[in-house]
Amino acid sequence: MQNVLAPADRAVRLLGGDLTERSLRQHLEGLSGVDAVGLEQRAAGLGTRSIKTTSKAWALDRIIELIDLTTLEGADTPGKVRSLVAKALVPDSADPTTPRVAAVCVYGDMVPVAVDALGAAHGDPDDGLVSVAAVATAFPSGRASLPVKITDTRDAVAAGADEIDMVIDRGAFLAGNYGTVFEQIVAVKEACRRDDGSYASLKVILETGELNTYDNVRRASWLSILAGGDFIKTSTGKVSPAATLPVTLLMLEAVRDWHRLTGEYVGVKPAGGIRTSKDAIKYLVTVAETVGEQWLQPHLFRFGASSLLNDVLLQRQKLRTGHYSGPDYVTID
Amino acid sequence: MKDIQPTDGRGFLEYAPAPESTAILHLKDSYGLFIDGEFRDGSGGSFSTISPATEKKIAEIAIASEADVDLAVAAARRAYTKTWSKLSGADRGKYLFRIARLVQERARELAVAESLDNGKPIKESRDVDVPLVAAWFFYYAGWADKLDHAGLGANPRALGVAAQVIPWNFPLLMLAWKIAPALAAGNTVVLKPAETTPLSALLFAEILQQADLPPGVVNIVTGAGETGATLVRHPDVDKVAFTGSTGVGREIAKAVAGTHKKVTLELGGKAANIVFDDAPIDQAVEGIVNGIFFNQGHVCCAGSRLLVQENIHDEVVDRLKQRLSTLRLGDPLDKNTDIGAINSREQLERIRTLSDIGEQEGAERWSVPCEIPENGFWFAPTIFTGVTTSSRIAREEIFGPVLSVLTFRTPAEAIAKANNTPYGLSAGIWSDKGSKILAVADQLRAGVIWANTFNRFDPASPFGGYKESGYGREGGRHGLAAYLKGASA
Amino acid sequence: MSRLAIPKTYKLYIGGKFPRSESGRSYEVTAADGAFLANASLASRKDARDAVVAARAAVSGWAGATAYNRGQVLYRVAEVLEGRRAQFVEEIAASEGVTAAVAARQVDEAIDTWVWYAGWADKFVQVAGSGNPVAGPYFNLSVPEPTGVVAIVAPQGEGSLLGLVQAVAPALVAGNTVVVVADERHPLSAISLAEVLATSDLPGGVVNVLTGSPAEIAPWLASHADVNALDLLGAGALEWVDLEIAAADTLKRVLRPEPGLPGRALDRILAFTETKTVWHTKSTI
Repeated sequence: MQNVLAPADRAVRLLGGDLTERSLRQHLEGLSGVDAVGLEQRAAGLGTRSIKTTSKAWALDRIIELIDLTTLEGADTPGKVRSLVAKALVPDSADPTTPRVAAVCVYGDMVPVAVDALGAAHGDPDDGLVSVAAVATAFPSGRASLPVKITDTRDAVAAGADEIDMVIDRGAFLAGNYGTVFEQIVAVKEACRRDDGSYASLKVILETGELNTYDNVRRASWLSILAGGDFIKTSTGKVSPAATLPVTLLMLEAVRDWHRLTGEYVGVKPAGGIRTSKDAIKYLVTVAETVGEQWLQPHLFRFGASSLLNDVLLQRQKLRTGHYSGPDYVTID
Repeated sequence: MKDIQPTDGRGFLEYAPAPESTAILHLKDSYGLFIDGEFRDGSGGSFSTISPATEKKIAEIAIASEADVDLAVAAARRAYTKTWSKLSGADRGKYLFRIARLVQERARELAVAESLDNGKPIKESRDVDVPLVAAWFFYYAGWADKLDHAGLGANPRALGVAAQVIPWNFPLLMLAWKIAPALAAGNTVVLKPAETTPLSALLFAEILQQADLPPGVVNIVTGAGETGATLVRHPDVDKVAFTGSTGVGREIAKAVAGTHKKVTLELGGKAANIVFDDAPIDQAVEGIVNGIFFNQGHVCCAGSRLLVQENIHDEVVDRLKQRLSTLRLGDPLDKNTDIGAINSREQLERIRTLSDIGEQEGAERWSVPCEIPENGFWFAPTIFTGVTTSSRIAREEIFGPVLSVLTFRTPAEAIAKANNTPYGLSAGIWSDKGSKILAVADQLRAGVIWANTFNRFDPASPFGGYKESGYGREGGRHGLAAYLKGASA
Repeated sequence: MSRLAIPKTYKLYIGGKFPRSESGRSYEVTAADGAFLANASLASRKDARDAVVAARAAVSGWAGATAYNRGQVLYRVAEVLEGRRAQFVEEIAASEGVTAAVAARQVDEAIDTWVWYAGWADKFVQVAGSGNPVAGPYFNLSVPEPTGVVAIVAPQGEGSLLGLVQAVAPALVAGNTVVVVADERHPLSAISLAEVLATSDLPGGVVNVLTGSPAEIAPWLASHADVNALDLLGAGALEWVDLEIAAADTLKRVLRPEPGLPGRALDRILAFTETKTVWHTKSTI
């Protein structure tokens, strides 16, 4: 009796109705290999782009608009989350031209606090509002039973989360149980369904630092897309290495190829380790030159970051005033 | 599915200008010849060197007459006999280390001058050319007092005076490839830079003065083909090293026949870049792009023939065209430029002519849509599909940003097609399978083979061709041995 | 009224830092005429242990650097040493009781030794390695690789700077890291050299310098299981056969004592390398 997987539209369309562990594995292992040296060189080459003047100004604003401002600490309190939300809404109180971030990202049990703090500003970033993303599924390790992960997800969605950042089961992946990983994503996607029939947007965290090889990242990317993810995300930020330019480039290639194949859009979110504007700009360049400028919008690209925002503000201040700024001129959250 | 907003049309990809300033340069209006440690007027007239991107004049350059070449060779001979051959290898090495350091110190200046005079993007001269120049001098500096290990037995000897003629595609790098091993081995040099790219060699001469290199050890004589011919035919020259076209290479080989001169030639190529169906596809596309569009395709070892396995032809061509759409053609001094200017009007004409022939032969032509500046010499990156082994554009070296795409069915056929050329300089192999790469590499008749990469250069790695791509190797221990003879010879 | 000098403090060099001996001990270093020069740290076995830990931690970075990079760093050491030539000449003249001219010759030779070895970094593999024409469809390549952590007893009583340089530099070329016990009687140049190393882009831990008694320290290095090779160059006056026996427990590669200074030799680089041979099948079908 073959191991039949829970249905996910995309996988069924691509692999056929007989969706089994075996057909999934064959497809993933049949994907083109990745030459790490070449990949890293391409990323490094993209990193040499020189983004100046008007391009830089646009980039800095866009980076802010693409940030999921994040706090994921055991020590998070309602006060901390409220402070984060305030920063998300008004990043630089001395400069009202500063745009808002795309979303705040918090642990599931902090979602009610975030929603409450946002108030009327809670909504779609395309409308100039700020969303709430919640990590779920026993973040960051993912080591818990599926029912626990589902409950974790449902609670966050019920509390008002617009987006769910789940983690894949890396243990299952590295042990070769692609079907298990697949089914968990499908189940979590279902748990994102609201009573009105809409879905919270699902970001699937691959935890690339634990997957170790680029070939694994490519497979995990495709697996997550086939299972129904709206975004693929590099990292939890709790493991090093977190996001890197080459790994993000690789994931952008996956969503590019998916789009070429099906016309559908999947987003990419690098998270963790992106602290400077200089680095973030490299990511924008990589997105634009790999998958197209169209991806530089909140529903297709996010930065999972916390300290990045202040560095961008410092750069904005320099562009505005003409001189270098300092930490006293940006607020801590 | 959520709503995806259409692009807001702000055009991030239209990056704002990011010019590298030329303020770092301190150029003279005119340059003389560098003979016996100083700049002096030539007696052969002069010509202008221009920027191929703007056609504006950069400086007036001297033409070395026969008498000037005589003086230069005499200076090199004098320096060899009286000074250079009497120095210890360690001291020769110290001079070369100094030169390496000076190149590093003046790296930005040299890169800007190179891009200005040659037309190549500053990104390349800054990140590839100049760092390799420094590395080449560093590498050979260390050999100068270790010649016993060059492979010619104990106490090998220098050849004497080397006549070196270099091309315009990597002006300063080709100068480094010639001068560094020659000096390390104990020879002195008379070098002629290419007619269209003398500038970086003249700045290099200033560096030699800063390094306090004994006069006459390196002499630089600018000029055109005639100067080069005179130099190569000079009776008091012991070694001839030439990089350039196969046509001129033939002439040189004939000219030195029967003489005592040792010669190495690094000539043209029509390299096959072989992409198997199990290649890492995205990196292979990058490798194809790098192979033929790096340096505007002005590369002897360029991957100018794409041999793609037939079953992935359409996908590869598709991905290639997508990838090419983000290449930026324009001002070489803009840091975001990927494709710079064609080096000269003559070269542009040749590229155009051969491309037209390609169309006439029935191949399908596709060029990247890009804005061509009004002044200067430009050619948009171009691909020809449906090329066959009989096509002229599959046989003749175009030396421009033009790729000919052919297909193959099996590894054996790929090898046969790759080898089916009088050239034999380089080749590329793209596959995820090690055993296939190594076996194919075994059977390719090419002097440099890149697997899952392309256009990689290192002073430790020998470079040179089979067949009509020339003979002799530059780089590595082999490159050193080319400037030595055994103790008993 | 002449200016009052500020005497330099000489400590150990471990992990890129200059700690005193954990034992708190020091010993008197005198000039040839008996005048007091300085108190040098008297290294203990625990300092040796710490040095080995630092050396091991530094292996992956140093061995993993490109040969070009290692060559440039070693050349930089020569540059910095050249810049401080006068200081070294003075120190050696005072410590060894030789004339400035003799001291200068030693310093110049030490600088030139660094340059000679720097130049080997990206070449010795080409001389000592090979592609091997085995009888079968295999690609076969042999390359010398660094052995790891090398413990060295520097020459004693002769060439306090030059002996140390000629002992240490060759081990570094291939990517090894070093723990060296300096000349007991004339340790000052060793620590001044460490200052040069610390300012020459040499990563911390690549070279670790212990001053004190080789008789006390060498046995601990010889028996240390995390030391890969033992150079007994300057251990001629010790019970070095016992050291060789101790080293045999973990099958360390051992170089025996030599009288005087070793000079420069390619063999000294290769002595601290292991040849790795890789086979790979070849087939087009």
